Order: sequence, then structure tokens, then C-alpha cells
Amino acid sequence: MTTLVSPPQGMSAEVAAAAGRNVVRPGILPSPGARQWVSACPVTALVPGRGIAVLLPGGAQAALFLLPNGMIYAVDNLDPYARAAVLSRGLTGDRGGEPTVASPLLKQVFSLRTGAALDDPEVALPTYAVRIQHGTVRVGLPLP
Amino acid sequence: MSTTTENPTGTTTRTVVVVGHGMVGHRFVEALRSRDTESTWKVTVLSQEAEAAYDRVGLSSYVGAWDRTSLALAGNTYAGDDLVDLRLGTRAEHVDREARTVTTSTGDVIAYDELVLATGSHPFVPPVPGHDSTGCFVYRTLDDLDGIRVAAESAIERAAVEGREANGLVVGGGLLGLEAANALRLLGLTPHVVEFAPRLMPLQVDDGGGAVLEGLISHLGVQVHTGAGTSSIAAQDDGRLAVELSDGTALLTDLVVFSAGVRPSDAVARAAGLDVGERGGVLTDAACRTSDENVWAVGEVAAVEGRCYGLVAPGYTMAEVVADRLLGGEATFPGADLSTKLKLLGVDVASFGDAMATTPGSLEIVHTDATKGTYAKVVVSDDARTLLGGILVGDASAYTTLKAYVGREVPGDPGALVSPAGAELGADALPDDAVICSCNNVTKGSICGAIAEGACDLAAIKGCTNAGTTCGGCLPTVKKLLVDSGVELSKALCEHFEQSRAELFEIVASTGIRTFSGLLARYGTGTGCEICKPTVASILASTSSDHVLDGEQAALQDSNDHFLANIQKNGTYSVVPRMPGGEVTAEQLITIGQVAQDFGLYVKVTGGQRIDLFGARVEQLPAIWQRLVDVGMESGQAYGKSLRTVKSCVGSSWCRYGVQDSVGMAVDLEHRYRGLRSPHKIKFGVSGCARECAEARGKDVGVIATDKGWNLYLCGNGGQTPAHARLLASDLDDETLVRYIDRFLMFYVRTADRLQRTAPWLDALEGGLEHLRAVVCDDSLGIADDLEAAMGRHVEGYQDEWKAVLDDPEKLSRFVSFVNAPEEADPTVAFDESGPRKVPVLLGLPTVRENA
Ligand SMILES: Cc1cc2nc3c(=O)[nH]c(=O)nc-3n(C[C@H](O)[C@H](O)[C@H](O)COP(=O)(O)OP(=O)(O)OC[C@H]3O[C@@H](n4cnc5c(N)ncnc54)[C@H](O)[C@@H]3O)c2cc1C
Ligand code: SF4
Ligand code: FES
Repeated sequence: MTTLVSPPQGMSAEVAAAAGRNVVRPGILPSPGARQWVSACPVTALVPGRGIAVLLPGGAQAALFLLPNGMIYAVDNLDPYARAAVLSRGLTGDRGGEPTVASPLLKQVFSLRTGAALDDPEVALPTYAVRIQHGTVRVGLPLP
Repeated sequence: MSTTTENPTGTTTRTVVVVGHGMVGHRFVEALRSRDTESTWKVTVLSQEAEAAYDRVGLSSYVGAWDRTSLALAGNTYAGDDLVDLRLGTRAEHVDREARTVTTSTGDVIAYDELVLATGSHPFVPPVPGHDSTGCFVYRTLDDLDGIRVAAESAIERAAVEGREANGLVVGGGLLGLEAANALRLLGLTPHVVEFAPRLMPLQVDDGGGAVLEGLISHLGVQVHTGAGTSSIAAQDDGRLAVELSDGTALLTDLVVFSAGVRPSDAVARAAGLDVGERGGVLTDAACRTSDENVWAVGEVAAVEGRCYGLVAPGYTMAEVVADRLLGGEATFPGADLSTKLKLLGVDVASFGDAMATTPGSLEIVHTDATKGTYAKVVVSDDARTLLGGILVGDASAYTTLKAYVGREVPGDPGALVSPAGAELGADALPDDAVICSCNNVTKGSICGAIAEGACDLAAIKGCTNAGTTCGGCLPTVKKLLVDSGVELSKALCEHFEQSRAELFEIVASTGIRTFSGLLARYGTGTGCEICKPTVASILASTSSDHVLDGEQAALQDSNDHFLANIQKNGTYSVVPRMPGGEVTAEQLITIGQVAQDFGLYVKVTGGQRIDLFGARVEQLPAIWQRLVDVGMESGQAYGKSLRTVKSCVGSSWCRYGVQDSVGMAVDLEHRYRGLRSPHKIKFGVSGCARECAEARGKDVGVIATDKGWNLYLCGNGGQTPAHARLLASDLDDETLVRYIDRFLMFYVRTADRLQRTAPWLDALEGGLEHLRAVVCDDSLGIADDLEAAMGRHVEGYQDEWKAVLDDPEKLSRFVSFVNAPEEADPTVAFDESGPRKVPVLLGLPTVRENA
């Protein structure tokens, strides 16, 4: 038997509103230093849980992911095991809370946060900083 | 004032008022209600928080998911229990011990016979100047986390505009401080941790362990400042906070979280004149009774014989003690184990027993591995035989077993316990009274007892012993006991679902849940992975006719199902036009040839009587499908866990031996079952006579013509472990044949495990082929109508998945190589056409490893 006698305390209207809002935020922080920000797409073009590839100046490719909790991550799109540009097409998820993507080819699992291959301490993907400005997702490249 | 009333059974009902609905308050109510079989107590619970009791231990998992329901403790609303009155958002303001009443924040005056204080603790905020500035937080409740979230998000926006990174400062580097730092990190802030002591987690680890921990944690991007206090906090004009540390460091931070310890919430008790402990907390005896014999204290607010406990397990024990006392028992609080194990930022830390080696004469044995980042220490008695305690950093897998050995003689050399080469202590060597689950005080004996009584998976053991239901740290050991007992391994799909695929299918079918997120929220944990997502996608697809790329389902599909084609080693796709029974017109064949030519595709005839076109890039797929649609063809599943092809021989229409029209039957069957999603791929074969040219007995469903009709063979597999299909029924007419296949397929789809093909499924099926025959032919389970109806819905709802993409601009827009350059082809895709056949060329990346 539950009776809610008074309205929830300590929860301001602002907090309540935020809890319902789907906020999107970068999961990989820029390390300090100048960088070039490449426009990828509007935030609304991302499908939660799925990735998409972004062509970077110089021919590199980033795999950009929006997770259902609103975090955005970018790692390199090249699968170092398969030697093919496929990671943006992998399935996302988590392993013990660590956000992950699994290669669609041979299913190796990488951390979206650090790029590390979770079953292979010697392998890691490059990661890219992400920011959202005026509804556009941008991927950060360190200046050469 | 008395609250005594008569209850229906004629005994008297008394009232207990519980103040505080935290983890311990809830446990008390549960304990009392489950033991009070005569209904002698009515319970009124006052909860200051608006949320009914939730898992505070797991508070940090709220970050990211922001789902309050997933933290709710089981049974926390006492639905259906008329003897419990839970009043949320209601504070106890005042206790009148003389009148035995509690006055609430809503102005109600509630009379009690007995009062239980379970008000917990609140975070201690050091009185440094500026500690109450906007942007300063504590870390204790769901509401606290919502506040931190809002501040973090606006800080990130502000920082992005200013072109800098957003950061947050945690005051306190203990267990909770590190959890808070991790939360800030997950929110996208760079965390700083300030700890007054010379090492992190000063209460749990020693200097050696602290050094390894600091190394591991700094490596994860947390800035650690040990040996420093916080001197002042000052709000800046730009909304940030300037923090000065006692070592002279000055930091600019977007927000501050205080995590400098907790203080018992004993204000109401003090005001009521109850005795309190030296360092706060409501003083009680070993029965948890306060200085007023009708008032009890449990959980973090209780100072049992002068001592407060900041962990949930001792609180639970106190709850049980008081419940027992109220029912006339004699229980006393036995003292508690303050061992801890946690995973912070992916780093394991555990300390147990006499971790600091305070026992006179005790010896410490330490093993540090700098390259692996692990630190392990055990403390043993002066004769080096009895284990007293220990500390593990970096790898705490041995924790539960080691802890169970505390106070016991160790078999063999104790040094071996921490050396990586040393023998592992097995759970089987433990005596029956060793505690395996310390949160719920469950011994090895009771777990093994539950197994012996038929608990055959983790869920059952959890259900009957409570082991593993709090922090989950003991689960690996419980699982080991289960395995050692010879019970079959858990059917858990993956770390996110404890259920097997078949159980999930049942859940989806019976609850009508139609989304992965809904299923995960109610029946799973975490966010899913490459195992459970496609499995659930397949279940959802088998139970409805929605397009596989509709809504949330799009994010669950394996790459092949996501792009409706077969991914090849260089990331290009192959397209296999549907060709039921291997039948194809000249016009269609010409189109296929032209498509191959126009798109430069490599062509190969498959084993399933189809034509495979290799090397199409993502953005070429829709154009290829369009060409097929234009001549009345569709693409087909040569991928995914679904019906692949129905192979056939030419049969009676051309073959002189043929007795039935095998091609016609094959075409009908493929049209009927195309698009069906299943636990693994399904193949059919249809032969026109007993000569069996279609090799139908190597297929999941084999149909072989007889003079009188068809023989139906089931569960044949090729692949790694070939198996011949087995005869289910003979001489069936067309209609019965189809009916039986409907029933068989749906029965398999519902009950098989993930990736279990039909042959191993039949092997594992209790009763084997006989049982299958009874279910399919004699409807022994009474589900035949249901199975047929389900298949009917599938057939009815079938749509050309590829054409549906062409017709939907939103889905179509996903078929690009690059979101920011939709016109661009992927420059990394290359082929070599110099040899006898076209082959993909992989990138000249540094190879990971030859065998990778
Ligand atoms: C982030 C975090 C991580 C933790 N991790 C662990 C861990 O790994 N292992 C472990 O053992 N412990 C852990 N703990 C500690 C554990 O959560 C507590 O020991 C446990 O919750 C104590 O339960 P309680 O019911 O005594 O108090 P609480 O859970 O604090 O509940 C007390 C409730 O009473 C309410 N209340 C207070 N005063 C009044 C009043 N006057 N009227 C009505 N209601 C009132 C409070 O609002 C609160 O809801 C952790 C705590 C936190 C915050
Ligand atoms: S199985 Fe019989 S009908 Fe079919 S091709 Fe062979 S001989 Fe002819
Ligand atoms: S030890 Fe925490 S749940 Fe068992």
C-alpha cells in the first residue's frame, strides 16, 4: 500500500524537466591542445545504439556512436583485426558497464571510451574527441 | 494512548512505526511481515524521500541509465499488504515518547506501540568557507544525482562554448569519493579527487595498495591530489568555483561533490532525549534497543553498543534482530564484518578481515605486480597458519574465497595465496559454515543445501537463500559451487540477461513487451551487447511482422540484418536474389548478369541453388535491390538467423522417376516461410522421389516424395557437425505436410537456445524424436493451434524487406558510407582483379597478430 502524501521534495522543476529530457553529451573528452573540428551530422541523424561513419580530412574515418543513455563516442572506423573500415556498423552495448562496440566481422569487442580491445591488452583503437554545437555533432582531430 | 485493536484471528494487533524507508528500513518491514504469520503487527513507514526504498549501494548505476525503477528494491511498495502503510515524502518531525506518538511533516500524529528508527546517515560537509555555494553537491540520494547531472550538463555546454574541458572536484578519496569521481567522469567531466590522507581509500587499503590504486586510477584520467585538504571554495563570476587546497594548489572547477564521510541522522532521536553515542548515532544495546525500551534503532543511524556501521550488511542483520525481538525472540547483533570489495572505474579493490595487520604478532605477505597493476596482501597469524585478513587491488577475483577463510587454517603455504603461480583456494575446500555471501550472511552450507534441494540455477539459489541479491560480489563463487555440484551450467544468455533465449521468448510472448529497452529494464541489467541484442531482435521478429529496421529494433540487428545483405571480409556486402527451388527465368538471369556487370560484382553459384553477387558497397545496395524489384524479384536472406533457401530437385514435371512436383512444393514452402527469424539458420530440401537428389535429409526440414504423398524428415544439419534428418511422418498430403512444418518451426523458434541448430536442439529435447512427434502430430501439449496461428501471422505479415527500405526515405538514408559525405564511396574498399577471380584487398594496416 503506497500513499504519496506530499509532492516529491528536493526535486526542483528544473531537475524534473531534465530527467525527462533526452540530453546528448560527448563521452570522450578533448584532451587539451588545439584541434580541428569536423562537422559530422545533426544530432538527430544518429540512431540511439547505432553507429555511423564520418570521413575525416586526410582520408581517416571515425565511427560515431550515440548510445541510448545519450552519450556520444567516436573511435576509429578501421577494425585492426579485419583490416577493414567496418566498426561503425558494429553492435553497441556494455561489458560490466563499460560502453562497447563489437566488430561486425569477427566480433572482437572494443571499449568506446578508451578504444581498448577488451580481450586483448595489446590492441587499442584511436579515439576522437566529440562535441555538440548548435545541434551539430563535431569530431575533433588534433592539429598535426 | 493505545493502538491495540482486535484482528480477524482474535489476537491483538499492535502498531510499529518505522522512521526512514532506506535499505534497512525496508528490510525490517520485510523481515517482520514475513515472520509475523499471525498478523500481530501493523506497520506504518515514514519516508522522507519521495522514492520508495531503493538500492543505495547501487546508486552509481543510476548515472547514464537515469532509470529510477531499475534501482527499486523488490517489494518496496508492499502492494497488496494491508498491514503496511507506506507514506512517501513524509518526514518524522517529532517523537513524543511519553505519549508514544510521532508527528509528521504533514501534521499527522501517529500513535505507536513500538518505534523503529531507520533514518540512516547524511553526508558530512566540512565547514570550509564557500561550502554552500551553488555548484556544491553531496552524493547520497537519487535527487542528489539528478542535481549533479543538471549542473554537469550545463557545465559541459558552457565549457564547449569557451573551448575548454569541463571538470569536477570530489572532496574525499574514500570508497564513495571514488564512486562519485567515476560518476562525474561518466557525465563527461574530468574528475579531480582531493584526499586528506596520504593515500586513496585510507580506511580500506594500506600505503602499498594505495600507491597501486592511485596509479591505476590516474591512468584512467582522474587527477588525484592526496595529502591535501580543501581550504576554501569561492564562486566566480563565470559560474565556476575557485578551490584552494591546503598544499597551495588552486583549481578552477565547474562543480564540487563532498564525499568526506557520513554522520548518523540522529536529530529526531536527540530531540526526543534518547541517548546517543560518543560520535553520534542512537545508542543501543546488542538487541538494538535504545535507552527507551519501546524505541529501536537499526542501520546506519544505530550505534550498537556504541559502534556505528556504514555498510548495508550489518544494517540488515540489525533489521532481522529487531523483527525477531518484536515477535518475542531473543536475537542479538553479533557484530559485523567490515570487509569491502568494489569495482571502481574498472579497478577491483577489496579489503577484508584484519587488513591493517593490527593483531599482535601478525605477519604480512605482499605480492605487487607493477606491470599488471595488481597488489595483493594477506595477513596471517604469527605461526603463519591462520588467515587474518588481506587487501587486493587490481584483481580481486580471490576475494570471496579468501574472506571465507578468515579465522581459519589455510591449507598449504599461505604465501601461495597471493602469488600468481600459487595454488588457488577452491570453494570446495571450504567448510560448510564459511560465509559465502556476506551481504546476506549466507553460508556455503545453506547454498549447497539449496542446490541439493533442487535449486539448479543462480536465480533459484538467489530466490531461496538471498545469496547474491545485494552487491553480487559473491556470485562467481556461488556459481562455482553450483558447477562443482554437477548441476548443469546456467543458461544465462549473457551478462545482461540471466534468462535463456527460450525463457525470454516466453516472457516476450506472455508480457507483450515489444522493445529491447523495455525487456532489459524489467528482466535484464546494463545496456545489452552483441549477444543479447540480436537474440532479442530475432525474438521480436519471430513474434510480429514489423520491419526489422523499424524504430528501436534497428539498433539491435547484426550488421547483416541491419543492411539486409551479407557482410564480407572487406566490409562490402553480397546480395543473393531469392530464387525459390532454384527456379529462374531467362529474363531474371539476364538482369542478374547486368547488375553484376554494372556494379562490378563477383558472381558465384551457391550451394543453396542461388546466385551470389559479391562486393557491393553499402550505398550500392538500394540501387541493386531496385533493379531486382523492377523485374519482379526480391533479394533474399543468405544471412541472419532465418530461413535461407528451399533446395529442390526437378521432380515429376521433368524427371522420369519423379512421383511428385518437388519444384512446385519447394517454391510454395519458400514463399510460406521466407523472412522467418529463428534461433539459427534454417534450410529446407525437397526431393521428387526416394532417390533424394536434393539431399533433403541434410536439411532442417527434408521433404521426400512418395507414391502417396510426402515423407517429412526433421532436424538434419550440414555444417560443422552434420546430422541426418529423422523421419517424423510418412505419406502426408500437402495440407498436413504444411501444417506439421508450421508446428515444428514455431516449436523450435520458441524453445531453442540462441544459436542452437535443429539437430542439437532435438538431441537436447527431453523425450527426443518421440516427444517431437507427439507434439507435432498428436498435439500432446495442446499448443498446435497456437503454433499454427503464430505461423499464420508470420505468413500473413510477410513483406519484401528490401523493397520496404526503398519505399522509406528515412531507412534509405542510412545506406551511405559516410554520414557527412553521402555521395562518397569508401576509399578503403579495393579489389584485385589481376588473378583468376576478383578478390578484395584488405588495408595495409599494421596487422594485429597472425592468428587474430
Ligand atoms: C554511493 C554509495 C555507495 C555505497 N556502496 C556501498 C557498498 O558497496 N557496500 C555497502 O555495504 N554499503 C554501501 N553504501 C552504504 C549503504 O548504502 C548504507 O549502509 C545503507 O543504505 C544504509 O541503510 P539505512 O537504511 O540505514 O539508511 P539510508 O539508506 O540512508 O536510509 C535512511 C532513509 O531515512 C530517511 N530519513 C532520515 N530521516 C528521516 C525522518 N526524520 N523521517 C523520515 N525519513 C527519514 C532518509 O531520507 C533515507 O531515505 C553505499 C552508500 C552510497 C551513498
Ligand atoms: S529425386 Fe527423384 S525426382 Fe528428384 S531428380 Fe532425383 S530421381 Fe528425379
Ligand atoms: S556478498 Fe554481496 S550479494 Fe553476496
